[in-house]
Amino acid sequence: MKRNYGSIYAAPQSIWLTLFFAAPLLIIVAYSFMKRDIYGGVLPQFSLDAYKSIANPTLLTVAWRTLWVSALATVLTILIALPCGYSIARSGNQAMRLFLVIVPFWTNFLLRIYAWIAILGNEGFINDALRFLGLTTEPVRFLYNQGSVTLVLVYMYLPYAILPLFSTIDKFDFTLLEAARDLGATRMQALRKILLPNIKAGLVTAVLFTFIPIFGAYAVPLLVGGKDSYMLGNIIADQVSKTRNWPLASSLSMGVTVLTGIAAILFTLRGRRPTPRVLDESGLGPVGATAGIPSGGQA
Amino acid sequence: MRLRARARIRAIRAALKGIRPLPPRISAQKDGSVWGRRAKRRKGLAFSDFVFGAVIAFLFAPLLVLLIYSFNASKGGSFTGFSLQWYEKLFMDSGDLWKAFANSVVIALTSALGATVLGSLAAVGTSRYGFWYRGYVKTMSFIPMILPEIIVGVSLLVFFSFVQLKLGLVTVWIAHTTFNIPFVYLLVSARLEEFDSSVIEAARDLGANEMQTLLKVILPMSLPGIASGFLTAVTLSLEDFVITFFVSGPGSTTLPLFIYSAIRFGVSPVINALSVVMVAGTVLLVYPLRNFLKAFAAR
Repeated sequence: MKRNYGSIYAAPQSIWLTLFFAAPLLIIVAYSFMKRDIYGGVLPQFSLDAYKSIANPTLLTVAWRTLWVSALATVLTILIALPCGYSIARSGNQAMRLFLVIVPFWTNFLLRIYAWIAILGNEGFINDALRFLGLTTEPVRFLYNQGSVTLVLVYMYLPYAILPLFSTIDKFDFTLLEAARDLGATRMQALRKILLPNIKAGLVTAVLFTFIPIFGAYAVPLLVGGKDSYMLGNIIADQVSKTRNWPLASSLSMGVTVLTGIAAILFTLRGRRPTPRVLDESGLGPVGATAGIPSGGQA
Repeated sequence: MRLRARARIRAIRAALKGIRPLPPRISAQKDGSVWGRRAKRRKGLAFSDFVFGAVIAFLFAPLLVLLIYSFNASKGGSFTGFSLQWYEKLFMDSGDLWKAFANSVVIALTSALGATVLGSLAAVGTSRYGFWYRGYVKTMSFIPMILPEIIVGVSLLVFFSFVQLKLGLVTVWIAHTTFNIPFVYLLVSARLEEFDSSVIEAARDLGANEMQTLLKVILPMSLPGIASGFLTAVTLSLEDFVITFFVSGPGSTTLPLFIYSAIRFGVSPVINALSVVMVAGTVLLVYPLRNFLKAFAAR
């Protein structure tokens, strides 16, 4: 008789994740329904104050801005990533092109943000160049607004969109495009009506891989944004560490989690797991690395 | 829709003439068969290739700027002359930076080790057996990957304060192990799904007990998956800023936290030099390692 050892193997991980992942989330849920204590922390009384205080104009503005910036940055990222993924998929030298996309992302996340400060800052590269050419005398302020936040967010998450898009486009049968052309479709029609419906899975993955992290963005708006480009992540962080209103921070976290949950359910409904194989070629989205390494020859 | 239908009809006609039909959907050629690859490589450049070129320029521009400024003789602003002083300062006179780096390495190695042990065992359990909480293991290993980092960070901070654990290296280690587990689990699971499970059955039939099967069959076979899981975990841990930001205390500054405070409170050109050294270091380290892993996996 073979014994079933499954539950023994899985127990350590389950205990760990229950203790350090599920329990903290449950505490957040509980705190969001409690009263805030003056000295930080919470009073153990049931209250809906935290949820009521979300409905103040300042917070709603930030929530709306977060949605808007995330949507805008995601759309821009996808629009850039689509032709990019297509170009890689149809290229004769896929490995090289993938490598080029991935290398910049071996730099530390914060150093990449910092590099943009070095480009856009008052004493940065562009202002330097403008002054050198005699076009301006006063530095132009490129940083600390919504534009710079969107730009840097697009920069940060571009590969997360390019890689899944590439991996689905790569599996697409390009002879179908020729067939469409033979049947009288224009180039655009062929791409829109044949290519796009066939790479829907990759599109969904790309959208979620960019939208979810951007929606919870914290460091980018903090470092290249100003007061007018604060996002929900920054508000949550401030409520946790500065204002120390933990119930409010918890209820905001709940909001973000629920939205992420909806996105995740959309995933499951599509019946696909978000594991594009190539993501691992990068070391940035380690999802699917074992699958990726043996298949390296294919790419 | 109509166009696709017509493309199919065309394929059927072609088949009748004795030519192999085109696989109409992605699923038809998961193995990357010859069909669909034939029409793939194009000659000449298309619009998408120009987009690709522009994207590569966009991705590399910040790194180039960092490279240029790292050799700048003056402290900020315009480029005044070539100098290696920032590199000298980086290696000779940046004690705090190297201390943070040492913390990062220690945390990365230990948390990757913990996550690898827990994640691999759970992967073995869920891939070979069905048991009552298998679904729970799978869900819990999936959610942390898609939840925005800030939520994980905030909930862990609230949790640590709830159980009155002092913030420091230990809390950072717990947090890193937690977010690393899902990635290791996923990578090892993928590897386990790939190989022929009848080998395991054979080992059992030949009288190996569970321990022997695990150590002599499953472990060697899933080693590439375990190795890539470990390396991924190390990378993720070295890179993490947001979660670490919330759960670190005095004396547990990691390299990303150090970079953050350097950016926040007066940028020093030493950071430019550090970026260049880190990119060069990663490329030199990762590239041979990847080739080694590929060869290792292809055994």
